Amino acid sequence: MHMLEVKDVHKSYGNLEVLKGISFTMEKGETKVIIGTSGTGKSTLLYCINQLNPPDKGEVWLDGEEITNPETDINKIRQKIGFVFQEFNLFNHLTALRNVSIGLEKVKGMDKEKAQERAMAELTRVGLKEQVQQYPAQLSGGQKQRVGIARALAMDPMIILFDEPTSALDPELIGDVLDVMKALAGSVAMLVVTHEMGFARNVADEIIFMEGGIIVESGPPKQMFQYPKKPRTKEFLGKISTLYGKE
Amino acid sequence: MLEALVDSLPQLLEGLKFTIGLTILSLILGSLLGILLAVGRSYGKPPLSSFILIYEKVFRGIPLLVIFFLIFFGLSQLGLGLDPITAAVLGLGLRSAAYQAQIYRGAINSIPKGQMTAASSLGMSKLKSIRYIILPQALRLSIPGWSNELTIVLKDTSIAFSIGVIELMRQGRYVYVRNPDLILPVLLLIALIYFILVISASKGLNYLEKKYKMSGFEVGVER
Repeated sequence: MHMLEVKDVHKSYGNLEVLKGISFTMEKGETKVIIGTSGTGKSTLLYCINQLNPPDKGEVWLDGEEITNPETDINKIRQKIGFVFQEFNLFNHLTALRNVSIGLEKVKGMDKEKAQERAMAELTRVGLKEQVQQYPAQLSGGQKQRVGIARALAMDPMIILFDEPTSALDPELIGDVLDVMKALAGSVAMLVVTHEMGFARNVADEIIFMEGGIIVESGPPKQMFQYPKKPRTKEFLGKISTLYGKE
Repeated sequence: MLEALVDSLPQLLEGLKFTIGLTILSLILGSLLGILLAVGRSYGKPPLSSFILIYEKVFRGIPLLVIFFLIFFGLSQLGLGLDPITAAVLGLGLRSAAYQAQIYRGAINSIPKGQMTAASSLGMSKLKSIRYIILPQALRLSIPGWSNELTIVLKDTSIAFSIGVIELMRQGRYVYVRNPDLILPVLLLIALIYFILVISASKGLNYLEKKYKMSGFEVGVER
């Protein structure tokens, strides 16, 4: 049994079919990076996995449970799936500490003190010990995103989905966030949509190249970068390498 | 004449108590119901949300005096006799709820969609997300609109005069009916009392608004 299994997932917006049958699996602690041009349904796929935007067709299984089954208690499953947003989506009215502890308190039913202790530990882990009492408006983009990661981590998820976590950041702030993600690799499964090829190359166990709503090719970074099988993969990686530089 | 005016003060203040009491009770009813209506309209499914829409339209479309008469005289004909104060609180509260619902709904709609998405991603139920994530932000944004509504309710308690609530206006009437020379001074004094109340209420809420703004909450920064 795989930890996560995505089976033939389809999703359309009106007449536009964004996902045309996506299938892949993930194991515990694995890191997979999804790359591809904008508008190929990478983010849609992530939203389909935790049912924030349920697929039209296909199945998603996590830990032996079918998430796509309407009978499943989706709120229970979502506790096992962390989500880190491109636009951070921190709760604007709460301090960094409360942003991280509120899920523990109101969803997991932990008492306030314990929840804040745990939140403190997670924020320390992402290097924000000094910022715990600050509100999102007082944090930089990189700090916000690290709070977002801490918020996901605190729920003890089996897997964290990252939706272009560094795309909304100033270039000099990207490194801090990527460092935190690198440090997490192996301890929790991560499925990351990103254009950061350095991260993909150095951290991913597997790279998935998506285009036009399908998976064109997937494999370990070395194979994908050096001996891509499909000409389209080669072309894309060539383009993106000149854009973002090789590492 | 000044002496007679001063002598009438205790009586006016007695009426003022009822004016303030009416205002507070009506606002409590209006706020609680208003929040429920706003949530129901923003998140509820069609039968509920269209029912709420009709409620809002009806209570915003009828003059307060007519609402008062319907509740006080109309219901009593159906055998549901209410005392004037209850009728006044109901009338003011139900109408205020219709207006407040608009204030809260506007505020709810201005909360970025990602707030709800993020709450759902943590496994938070919709109800909890509304309670802990959406409303705390929306209510802060509603303070200016609510402050306006407070002054409207406060001033409109005077219309409860018409169904026999012995509030400030009615007490004033008692004074000048006994001593018709006082009609202008008493009315001016009543006007001044309302004016001072409205001004201090707005000042108080301004303070509240600033206080909550200072805790680092700014909507729209993160979009």
